[in-house]
Amino acid sequence: MSEEKMITFTEAYTRALDEAMAADPTVLLLGEDIGDKQGGGVFKVTAGLEGKFGSERVRTTPISEQAIIGAAIGASLAGMRPVAEIMFMNFITVAMDQIVNHAAKLRFMSGGLTSVPITIRTRTGAGTGNGGQHSDMLEAWFAHVPGIKVVVPSSPAEAVGLLRACIEDDDPCLFIEDGVTRVVKGAAPPPDYKIPLGKAHVEREGNDVTVISYGRPLADIRTLADQFAEEGVSVEVVDIRTISPLDVDTIVKSVCKTGRAVIAHEAVRSFGVGAEIAAQIQEHAFSSLKAPVKRVASKDSTVPFARVLENHFIYQPSDIELSIRQVLEGK
Amino acid sequence: MTAAKEFSAADLAAMYHKALYIRTVDEGIRGMLRAGRLALAMHPPTGQEMIAAAMGLHLEQSDYLVTIYRGLHDQLAKGMPLELVVGEYFGRATGACKGKGGPMHITHPASGVMVTSGVVGSGMPIANGLGWASQIKGDGRVTVTCFGDGASNIGAFHEALNLAAVWKLPVIFLCANNRYGEMTTYADATACEKVADRAAAYGPNMAGVSVDGNDPEAIWTAMRDAVARARSGAGPTLLEAHTFRLSGHYFGDANTYIPKDEMAEAVAKDPIKVVREQVIAAGAASAEEIDGWQAEFQAQLDAAIEAAEAAPFPALEEVEMDVYGVAS
Repeated sequence: MSEEKMITFTEAYTRALDEAMAADPTVLLLGEDIGDKQGGGVFKVTAGLEGKFGSERVRTTPISEQAIIGAAIGASLAGMRPVAEIMFMNFITVAMDQIVNHAAKLRFMSGGLTSVPITIRTRTGAGTGNGGQHSDMLEAWFAHVPGIKVVVPSSPAEAVGLLRACIEDDDPCLFIEDGVTRVVKGAAPPPDYKIPLGKAHVEREGNDVTVISYGRPLADIRTLADQFAEEGVSVEVVDIRTISPLDVDTIVKSVCKTGRAVIAHEAVRSFGVGAEIAAQIQEHAFSSLKAPVKRVASKDSTVPFARVLENHFIYQPSDIELSIRQVLEGK
Repeated sequence: MTAAKEFSAADLAAMYHKALYIRTVDEGIRGMLRAGRLALAMHPPTGQEMIAAAMGLHLEQSDYLVTIYRGLHDQLAKGMPLELVVGEYFGRATGACKGKGGPMHITHPASGVMVTSGVVGSGMPIANGLGWASQIKGDGRVTVTCFGDGASNIGAFHEALNLAAVWKLPVIFLCANNRYGEMTTYADATACEKVADRAAAYGPNMAGVSVDGNDPEAIWTAMRDAVARARSGAGPTLLEAHTFRLSGHYFGDANTYIPKDEMAEAVAKDPIKVVREQVIAAGAASAEEIDGWQAEFQAQLDAAIEAAEAAPFPALEEVEMDVYGVAS
């Protein structure tokens, strides 16, 4: 493993799309600027794919988010597996009708006669200085709509495996990419790597406290877990990977073992994924708890522009550390 | 290229046959609502039957339809089995969607009925995707997406028509201009004289056609041309069919916002009455034959209603089924 190949998150997304398109001719790409002539997307994820797979399958669209998602839905009803790129997560709000009223519900409303196997890739995250309309983590909005799967990777290898799984899945999947860590590297997975959706991953076993998270905060949590190990505190780390449907069993099993839970996410605190996980824990693991469940999240505000404000808005690794110490003390 | 088929007396009879079928079912369902044997939000297609009939006659079973909450005429014209439609109206397990969608969400891919949407204007972007898939596969299918004049003022209309023109998709945007968007007149809500005028904004790839949707020959011919254009790969059409909503926006609508003389004129021009005379005058069918069709349609409807009323309700477990597919 000494010569382990490393790839960035961006390379991971590209690799997953490339592999999926090569494996299945029904996989299509559409989105703003994604073609070769436009440079392969603002974030270069689709660079080279139009040349490789042709302009029929890789389509640059107008700046028309409703039309993008609608076209993906329609093509999926006709047997295709489109992957739509929505440049920033905040722009998804323009297409909410297509996603919430149609993609999520057509299977149910048709009594199972149709399904919408689309993947929506989008990018977001605070810390880029883009202000309030390019940085929101809106995953809880979509997790609140039954029928959509919501997926967030926390490493390049996960990015490859989860994106491949989303594309192969028969339901609409929202795949959220982090804008800040896109050039961060991690170990490259083997070819044709897929990770099952709906399964949380206990990536580090421990006995004293469970830290539950997804996406960007896991990098902080991995570092903290090493630090706590030096103090003799054993941290169990659960990467949920798929936000919805949530793997409640894995979370509950872990908290029943450790008796303490800290949930960390980048999204704002109130009415979020952390609230749902905390509720599941108290419903299913109440008698095992040795301390109240803690949530770490960004502040209930708009993502600000000024660097000092933005840094203050985002959850801090020190918040996660403090929460772990508090639950260890039973408070 | 062979010359386009001209409208004949046989086509007139076929149009009327389909339109009368739709009206019989529409009236029958409204009768059930009046009698309290059925309770639901219904948006009757009364008066708009000729448009659907023309569409149904020119499309193949494999062609795609995306329609809206006022969709009964479209679903029947596209060939959906009546018992599946009626079963869904009654919310029974035997309905097209097992009673889980209801009248506003009827789906039947085997007949090409891919989506019925309850959200004004939302079907057009989806129709593009069906057209895109046909373009990639080269399967020659045509997609028709139906909507009203009110939907032409929604943002999705613009996004969808622009994309359809840029990608030259085999999609027909079929607008039933029935003069009212909900309770607001066309003129109070729409800045241009005709919906079809808007086609010009999408360049030469988008044809714009405006016809009397209650005139069998006019709508039949316009539909023929739009289907031929889409099927040959020449591009999309915005086809506006002028008509009138004789039963209001929804069943129970008192139509207080419609001037009495306007309604009286529309009732006098009810295409089911007017075209019946045309069919007889053209010798395409006799009054007795038409009465025979109607009796046959009524018998089919009665049987479908009887079957629906006798059918089981969906099992309660269905609430949590079809939310997701099988685990990946």
